Amino acid sequence: MSGPLAVRISGAEKSFGGRPVLAGVDLDIAAGEFVALLGRSGSGKTTLLRVLLGLEQLDAGAALVPDRRTAVFQEPRLIESTRVLGNVLLGQRPTAARRDAARAALAEVGLEAHAGAWPSTLSGGEAQRVALARALVREPELLLLDEPFAALDALTRLTTQGLVAELCRRHRPAVLLVTHDVEEAILLADRIVVLTDGRMGLDVRIDDPAARRRDHPAFTALRGRLLAELGVPVAA
Amino acid sequence: MTLTTGPSPSSAVVPDPTAAVVQDGSLVVAAAPEAAGLQPPTAVLPTARPRLVQLVLRVLLPIALVVLWWWATRPGGWVRPQVLAAPGQVWTTFADLAGSGVLWDNLSASLQRAATGLLIGGTIGLSLGVLTGFAKLGEELLDPTLQMLRTIPFLALGPLFIVWFGIGETPKVVLIAVATAFPLYLNTYAGVRSVDRRSLEAARVFGLSRLALVRRVVVPAALPGLLVGLRVALGVSLLGLIFAEQINTTQGIGYLMTSAMAFFQTDVMVVCILVYALWGLLADLLVRLLEHLLMPWRRTHARTRAGAR
Repeated sequence: MSGPLAVRISGAEKSFGGRPVLAGVDLDIAAGEFVALLGRSGSGKTTLLRVLLGLEQLDAGAALVPDRRTAVFQEPRLIESTRVLGNVLLGQRPTAARRDAARAALAEVGLEAHAGAWPSTLSGGEAQRVALARALVREPELLLLDEPFAALDALTRLTTQGLVAELCRRHRPAVLLVTHDVEEAILLADRIVVLTDGRMGLDVRIDDPAARRRDHPAFTALRGRLLAELGVPVAA
Repeated sequence: MTLTTGPSPSSAVVPDPTAAVVQDGSLVVAAAPEAAGLQPPTAVLPTARPRLVQLVLRVLLPIALVVLWWWATRPGGWVRPQVLAAPGQVWTTFADLAGSGVLWDNLSASLQRAATGLLIGGTIGLSLGVLTGFAKLGEELLDPTLQMLRTIPFLALGPLFIVWFGIGETPKVVLIAVATAFPLYLNTYAGVRSVDRRSLEAARVFGLSRLALVRRVVVPAALPGLLVGLRVALGVSLLGLIFAEQINTTQGIGYLMTSAMAFFQTDVMVVCILVYALWGLLADLLVRLLEHLLMPWRRTHARTRAGAR
């Protein structure tokens, strides 16, 4: 792989209560690369992401991350007592320039009119878009997405996925998307890695944009391959 | 024959036996053979009474009690004035005390003590609550001791405080401070503990410092518990005040009451009791006002939602 790296994980090990969750994970993510991390429930996907966020410590191995990294979680995790704009500005000194940037970020997710609203007045999809604006306003070098669409209804999920794809194309952060949705991974990612038994299993690159079309044979083939790796039998 | 999906304006004008029509705002389904045996859903939730009726119901018992009081203490009634003064007498005494400024002087002295004690005790309780609730070290270090001290009835400390601090203002203020610190501590601690861990994680990820985390996330989220603590503390401060002002005082509502006791002035005693009651009521109102002012995100969501669009 050429170019600078955004993430380097080598020999990462982590166990909870004697049960190994990560058993020697190696993963490099290039700057600007969109990687989807698939894995069965309990396979350590979220643990790996939490390690990169500094919310968990590795037992062994190393993880290197860039300075500016942000996250969107499964739930919006907005601060209830702060208005939408304040949530986007969270942790930043609110200078005039930053306020403008936050408003611009809200405009990008289509919520500029809600800058003064309280989080509890937003719908689930709106709140998740605020969380997205909050993550993007810092122009992260690494964006960590922990199943950000899982809690959304089917229709909102489709539009939000489209929005994330569009925003990531525009801002080009390195992205690590943790998901268990194979189709979502194929639609969004440049590269898909599968975590199996605490180690990296499959590692596929999607070079052919046609493979992102649900009606294309390449899509079906890749989907079948990934599902097989995840241990889900697929009817041919 | 078909059932219409909803009432149409024309069906109200031209009665159609098969259509649903709106009469006086309620949906009435005209008798149709296939709808035989159907009926509108019965209301499951009780309907609210008109506001005026509600108000009357609320004041009914208090008014009845006052009437009973007046009836019992009338000349030749079952209760002699030495036991309980009549409402009219209490009112006259109140007007006298208020008019001569005696009531205000004593009330302001009491208020000052309560406010000072509450300010000191509240600050201590609040800080300790945040500290122990937020930092593991603080909890391990302080919580067991505080929980132990909490079980001491604070009134039992009164005599000791007089020995320590003399008979001036200090023991009274300290007693109220001690009394109010614990309810605020306990409720703040519980409030801080109940803060959503996921929000804390998110705030941490977005680089909030520990201090900013406390100020922006922890304290706002703990506010409901904190205000419950304040409400309890205000009640307890009044209790401490009554106790403190009955010993070695020359001013305060408690002093007024104790000196009235010496002369069997039940009218003055009742005035003092009513002042305490009013005080408690106003303190409660104050906390509710604070709740409204300090937690704007908890106000009726419908309004903010409409305002946001």
